Amino acid sequence: MRTIHMLLTLLALQTILLALPALAIDSIEPQRAGSSPPPVRTGVDIEPQSLSMPPLYVQSLAATCANCHGTEGRALSGATVPGLAGRSADELVAQMKAFRSGERKATIMHQIAKGFSDTQTQLLADYFAAQKR
Amino acid sequence: MDRRLFLQASAALALGANSINARAMRGAKVVVIGGGYGGATAAKYIRLMSQQGIEVTLVEPEQWFISCPLSNLVVGGSRTLADLSRPYTSLTKQHGVTHARDVAVAVDPVARTVRLSGGSVLSYDKLVISPGIDMNFSSIDGLSEAQQQGKILQAWKAGPETNALREQLEAMPDGGVYALTIPEAPFRCPPGPYERACQVAFYFKRHKPKSKVLVFDANQDVVSKPALFKKAWADRYPGIVEYHNQHKTVAVSAADGLIKFDVHDSVKADVINALPAMRANKIATQTGLANMANGRWCGVNYQTFESTAAKDIFVIGDAIQVAQLMPKSGHMANNHAKVAAAAIVAQLSGIEPNPQPMLTNTCYSFIDDRIVVHVASVHEYLATERTFKVVQGAGGLSAEPSELEGSYANHWARTIWADMLE
Repeated sequence: MRTIHMLLTLLALQTILLALPALAIDSIEPQRAGSSPPPVRTGVDIEPQSLSMPPLYVQSLAATCANCHGTEGRALSGATVPGLAGRSADELVAQMKAFRSGERKATIMHQIAKGFSDTQTQLLADYFAAQKR
Repeated sequence: MDRRLFLQASAALALGANSINARAMRGAKVVVIGGGYGGATAAKYIRLMSQQGIEVTLVEPEQWFISCPLSNLVVGGSRTLADLSRPYTSLTKQHGVTHARDVAVAVDPVARTVRLSGGSVLSYDKLVISPGIDMNFSSIDGLSEAQQQGKILQAWKAGPETNALREQLEAMPDGGVYALTIPEAPFRCPPGPYERACQVAFYFKRHKPKSKVLVFDANQDVVSKPALFKKAWADRYPGIVEYHNQHKTVAVSAADGLIKFDVHDSVKADVINALPAMRANKIATQTGLANMANGRWCGVNYQTFESTAAKDIFVIGDAIQVAQLMPKSGHMANNHAKVAAAAIVAQLSGIEPNPQPMLTNTCYSFIDDRIVVHVASVHEYLATERTFKVVQGAGGLSAEPSELEGSYANHWARTIWADMLE
């Protein structure tokens, strides 16, 4: 039991240490751009989420898309809304940005897209890109 | 550092350290009470997120799920209940959920057990209750009796009553009056009553054009999508739909077809569809979970949906005390379920629950059999305020009713049913 605890503590420490560069990059990059205070995202004003968050959290975040795009981003056959699984992360990020800016017209997705930050969008895109079609 | 490489590296590291611990979860038992939008989703997602490590038993008496969303179309005559029904079998076969076809009659939060009406007792490490709502019939004099006689219906849970209300409308002569009474918010499905007014009017317009739809609303105004609904009534159902705000129904009489209000004159109708005040379902209230709003709704820690009244019990769906601008909708219940599922998997796995869960909501409403409007929102958990708030600037309404949104509404239904059941 004691060994397991020690192991868990070590693992936790390791995560914190390894996650540090991620936090640092996230917080430093906007400062380099010279503006203050540094906004991490363009869309919404929320707490930044680390790009190194546990997979369970990302899975939970991605589950908010499943109602319309299918579980794990796999659309049903004959669906009128596209699936997200197995698509390029860059393409998904670009689409979300286009919805947010209004460049891509929509009935509803432009409203939903504005609810997610740049960091969350990147997490979602990477998650869906890694799912089986 | 290249962003892509960096992302891949950080994802790989996270997998090693903060991923779920299948060994810790093995043998853990979760019981889910209620197989609606909330409960069925919770059962499936606990299995998915725990990589099948947690044993899940769904307590639900029915063999088939019947959707409340879209059930107003059955009242309007363009769908059947069979169109809105899906079996629970995939949850069992594909996801390994045990389906206990029974009713939960008692929960012991100390012994952590659930007693079923058949007499068996299930023990749990974590319990999810997605119990839905009960009608408070005593909030309208005479309603309890009229309801038991089958004369004044609600049809607010899709099933036999939905068909029974349709039959009442079919039996009504042309030139008759259908009256829908709406209680003060919050109630299940905020746009539901107004969509129903559209659906009944759609039926009357084609088959009984001299008939009327009278809506008596206890609220100041239409609770959801007010401008869109009022425009739809004026444009598409002129002379059929009449909307009356600030009309609180206090009594009904099936024998006289009479509705009495607290202030205004009484009204006669051929078909009365009276919705009384609602509250959390009995299994939640009798377990002591309804600790908010004078015992009506269940308080939860919004980060996890764990009850504020009992440890290891998670309450989701329409039965909870909602956060600001959070509707009691099927879509929202499905999203509650996913947050609760992830929190349960995290707790049983020895990691912290997600500090910043998110929710989405979409409510589509049918104006006729094809044309649809929506309201959408995105909700973020704010740790500093310990509640969900809508993300400012996100969400919104349809610009106008459209067939395109009708196709999306049908797609939404198919997809969310699969997301919870398949």
